[in-house]
Amino acid sequence: MENTIIEVINLKKDFQVGDMTVHALKGVNLKIQKGEFVAIMGASGSGKSTMLNILGCLDKPSAGDYKLDGISVSELNKNELAELRNAKLGFVFQSYNLLSRTSALENVELPLFYNNKVTSRERKERAIAALESVGLADRMHHMPNQLSGGQQQRVAIARSLVNDPVVILADEATGNLDTRTSYEIMELFQRLNTDRGKTIVFVTHEADIARLTSRNIIFRDGWVVKEQLVEEKLLASYMLKTLPVGEHEA
Amino acid sequence: MNYINLLKIAKNALMRNKFRAFLTMLGIIIGVASVIAMLAIGQGSKKSIQDQMSSMGSNLVFIMPGSQQRGGVMMGNSSSQSLRMEDLEAIRLNCENISAVSPEVRTSGQVVFGNENWPTSIYGANTEYLGIKKFTIESGRIFTEKEISSLAKVCLVGKTIVEKIFPKGVDPIGQTIRFKNIPMKIIGILGEKGENSFGQDQDDLMIAPYTTVQRRFLAIDFIQGIYTSAVSEEKTEAAIAEMKTIMRKQHKIAKPEDDDFRVMSQSELVKTFSSISDILTTLLGAIAGISLLVGGIGIMNIMYVSVTERTREIGLRMSIGGKGRDILMQFLIESTMLSVVGGVIGILFGYLISSVVGTLMGWPVVIMTESVVVSFFVCSAIGIFFGWYPAKKAASLNPIDALRYE
Repeated sequence: MENTIIEVINLKKDFQVGDMTVHALKGVNLKIQKGEFVAIMGASGSGKSTMLNILGCLDKPSAGDYKLDGISVSELNKNELAELRNAKLGFVFQSYNLLSRTSALENVELPLFYNNKVTSRERKERAIAALESVGLADRMHHMPNQLSGGQQQRVAIARSLVNDPVVILADEATGNLDTRTSYEIMELFQRLNTDRGKTIVFVTHEADIARLTSRNIIFRDGWVVKEQLVEEKLLASYMLKTLPVGEHEA
Repeated sequence: MNYINLLKIAKNALMRNKFRAFLTMLGIIIGVASVIAMLAIGQGSKKSIQDQMSSMGSNLVFIMPGSQQRGGVMMGNSSSQSLRMEDLEAIRLNCENISAVSPEVRTSGQVVFGNENWPTSIYGANTEYLGIKKFTIESGRIFTEKEISSLAKVCLVGKTIVEKIFPKGVDPIGQTIRFKNIPMKIIGILGEKGENSFGQDQDDLMIAPYTTVQRRFLAIDFIQGIYTSAVSEEKTEAAIAEMKTIMRKQHKIAKPEDDDFRVMSQSELVKTFSSISDILTTLLGAIAGISLLVGGIGIMNIMYVSVTERTREIGLRMSIGGKGRDILMQFLIESTMLSVVGGVIGILFGYLISSVVGTLMGWPVVIMTESVVVSFFVCSAIGIFFGWYPAKKAASLNPIDALRYE
């Protein structure tokens, strides 16, 4: 029980669109254990984005409960949610969301600016360590526009790691990348999961990406319709070798 | 939230767009610089008028002839012959608030020495005149009472006349010059006074006994003005009142509107001219203030655009733990930084412009500490005021919408 990081109990989310009430989530139950690598799948409109917003403490459920690392999120106010995001969550977005004209290092430092307990020296050290762990130690002072898409996403991953979160939430993190780079990013996620025991929740609609995770949760029309363990989990490093030798950078 | 972190965040955000930050600041820079420079120019002109006026004697009170009726016909001021030496004696005897009194008669003409000549004015006065009008004697002496009663052909000359008609190396004292064909012996040279604020050369004159000017040059028996010194500047009002009473008694005037004289004081003139330059200062200040306001609106505009443009950034900051208040403070600090840095640069420019105007154009400039302090605080307030609305807008964004904003 103490290994449960995310626990969602009969969670509902309604939206008011004009006169109509849209039931985006109709009673979702799910549990994610520490160290899991979970893919949330579903077509658009299935409720997976709403689920991710609630899991990311960006939105509050209309009914039901969500416990993140033992904390009941439904009872928190806006500022407490912000603190929770800062302390417990790491976000990786489809479009990287890096600050332009800001070096990789400063981008990675950003979450720690919102944490009073971290000194500026510690902030820098942790950012450097995070960049090293994603293999970008030599690109620390590059601006986002001097980096390739894959490298930018690595910076974003380093940013999500820098506050040492309990869960990394990735929203279509490979959506903007070509196949090879996607596998490279997935390889990085797999490494973070297996070597460093990071819990990762990965939202995607690509089945071949979902096969690189350990469990798939499939959403449809606001319900969880299927939960399945990936039987033969593929290694991204293996998938990379199956690709034809291309013009891409390593 | 740690304010040092917020400052760093705001600074980094501004540094990402240096050129835009500079352009935004430019409005404030121009506004503050023009407020300071304009007020410095206005204040400078006021001060120089005041200085000039008081160099003529701040306790100066003088009587000029006024219009008078002669057989039902109104006569002009200048042709009036209403002032006489008897009036002056009555004032000298009865007026307690004055310390010196002198008649004045004047005429202009050509002064000649050797081959040189120069147009100038001669002023007839008594021995107290120099003290009243704040003239000094550089060398030589003033005429004596005896010379006054004997209509002596002696005079004191100003520096300009010495320069214009005497060759170098000639000591003018003891020389005889001709004014309107009457030979006048120079007995003294006046100390230099320079130009007054109206550009009039105060050294281009001759001073002679009033009797000499009255009889020998003008052939009149009245005087054209009575100049007095009040015992102090505060006593000028009392002196004016006293003189009016004495003059009405002398001229047998019952009603003030029938006065055939005018009593004026230097301090009144100072007030008049000061109020003119106050209006000027206010006007210049107001125009500069408007440019400061426009600068503030420029900040608001840029911050407003910046909030829209950086919606994704705001969403990201919120998703990684930025609270609404942090975002609000960040944008508020950004706009305040723009206006404060702009204000400081503006103050420097204000000093620069003032000193350039002062040296190049020779205008008197006085930079008031108040205007510097006030414009600095005003522009800080502008930053907060005009930054508030965009900052509030940024802080109230929903992180989910902001993150997905295209």
